[in-house]
Amino acid sequence: MTGSVGALDAAGTESRRDVRRAYRDLREPVLGGVAAGLAQHLGLSPLIVRVGFVVAAVLGGVGIAGYAILWAMLPAGPPTGALAPGLASATRGGRRPGPARRLFDVGPVIVLGALAIGAVFVLQGVLGAGGWIWPLAIAIVGVALLWRQADEAQRERWVDARGRIDPVRIVLGDGGWASYARLAAGVGLIIVAILLFSLRGGSLSLARDVTLAVLLVLVGLAIVVGPWIYRLAAELSDEREERVRTQERADVAAHLHDSVLQTLALIQKNPPDAARLARAQERDLRAWLFSTESIDERTVASGLRAMAGEVEDAWNLTVDVVAVGDCDLDESMRPIVAAAREATTNAAKHAGVPRVDIYAEITPAAVDVFVRDRGAGFDPDATPEDRLGVRRSIIDRMHRHGGTAEIRSAPGEGTEVRLHLGREHEGE
Amino acid sequence: MTVKVVVVDDHAMFRRGVTAELEATGAGVVEIVGEGEDVDTAVATILATRPDVVLLDVHLPGGGGVEVIRKLATQPVDTAPRFLALSVSDAAEDVIGTIRGGARGYVTKTITGPELVSAIQRVADGDAVFSPRLAGFVLDAFAGSIEVADIDEDLDRLTEREREVMRLIARGYSYKEVAKELFISIKTVETHMSAVLRKLQLSSRHELTKWASDRRLL
Repeated sequence: MTGSVGALDAAGTESRRDVRRAYRDLREPVLGGVAAGLAQHLGLSPLIVRVGFVVAAVLGGVGIAGYAILWAMLPAGPPTGALAPGLASATRGGRRPGPARRLFDVGPVIVLGALAIGAVFVLQGVLGAGGWIWPLAIAIVGVALLWRQADEAQRERWVDARGRIDPVRIVLGDGGWASYARLAAGVGLIIVAILLFSLRGGSLSLARDVTLAVLLVLVGLAIVVGPWIYRLAAELSDEREERVRTQERADVAAHLHDSVLQTLALIQKNPPDAARLARAQERDLRAWLFSTESIDERTVASGLRAMAGEVEDAWNLTVDVVAVGDCDLDESMRPIVAAAREATTNAAKHAGVPRVDIYAEITPAAVDVFVRDRGAGFDPDATPEDRLGVRRSIIDRMHRHGGTAEIRSAPGEGTEVRLHLGREHEGE
Repeated sequence: MTVKVVVVDDHAMFRRGVTAELEATGAGVVEIVGEGEDVDTAVATILATRPDVVLLDVHLPGGGGVEVIRKLATQPVDTAPRFLALSVSDAAEDVIGTIRGGARGYVTKTITGPELVSAIQRVADGDAVFSPRLAGFVLDAFAGSIEVADIDEDLDRLTEREREVMRLIARGYSYKEVAKELFISIKTVETHMSAVLRKLQLSSRHELTKWASDRRLL
């Protein structure tokens, strides 16, 4: 079980890290999330990118064109393929909280709307032209609404990995009043724009109006449907790959969760051997299903988790690892993991309790590891020779590698081993 | 007076296990008054039975445990129950999300009976309950991975004392041991933990979204 899980995880991680693709960030979009996504990709502040777009827009409209092109070209994101299988399944089943919409989110829309109306008035003032500006503005708003809906539907397709692509779902996503409202408002605005346009030009001949209206409809349709077709083609292979991989994994995972994991949690209270097996199995499953935490010993936290798992198996007790922050597990970090293993094994051997807590705090400056049990404890000043030897192997090891170790214990109050190791060569 | 509890989980076997455990170890202290298996049944049961504490699974059909809290918040209830998140999920964004949604604490499903009874009592008394794992998540969430320019005005950082308390909880200390270690009273420890909970629930959405996305959790 562990082997195959490890291999899967490693493969998944590598393929994920291969290429860093730009995407539009739809979590906090002001318009289409282009600026936020671009900022994320380039490592800049979104504010700078937004100001850049605005400046470029004022200077001859390049910013607007660029924004529109990027909106059309970039996929909606962030990609969600990295979810652990159990979490992905829970998301599909609607058992996880979705993003909460708040009134606050409408803020940027209102501001942009006000600015747009202002811009139309300014244009009218500058150009003095009558009939066509308002219809144009209304049409643009309509198209923008339809595009937002396309984004929303696209985003939902990313999250949802159900079989076939249903034409209705392509347009509407998972539906909901917001989708319908956006779609209706968008189409309505475009129709109103066309009507207004033909009405204002009422003195012209009817034939010209009709031709123009039909042309406008066609252009509108092309603008509206174009991006969907383009994106569909671009994403089809991605989606298929994603579906095959995650859906299968997730559904197996969901089944395992419903049957095995729950049972394991219950039989842990049974005879010792069953409890040990149950614990090992549960740990494997839990790591595979729910956590983005690995035990591949590539980082300090994962190394500690792997170590904790081995001690759990060997000594038949629970070792809980809580890690804050992380860093690569290189040669300079091995001593502290080894010392933590020594301390955990000691606790397992002598404390006589079913549970040991390990807490690791990894900051840019140093690594601290605390190993704590609530067992028998001992008097550090009056310890027998053999235990003193073990303590030396922890303390001396840490000292040799430039760290410190401290053992606090008193009879009946448990033991805590504190390990500290500075990180001299950070930033390499 | 006993604490009235509703158990909400989509797995009947787990509900039964928790109920049996609580009846065995929490007799006279905790009383199970109802169960719920998804968001709708949970809300209905809670409205019908008016419990003091709701044991709330994080993953729940109908939108997760957060949805139960959200739906109840829209109901005109004079005494709202307190929520204790109970999860098998190790995913930080689920757990933190539920806490931010209004739960008063979080424990894992492997918790022992007596520990669960004491956690329920604490929550019923209005205190926050942090398991070592949740304390780790909280420290991670508030860690210095935040650029100053991005900080919203409504984001409160943890004070050094609060960080210290969280660290000790993450190390597996009990409230009593934390109090002894820091030479403060248990009441003060509880005050610090409530403050952390408040800051966690107040601090900006952007902040935690960013934190979670940095770790590829979203």
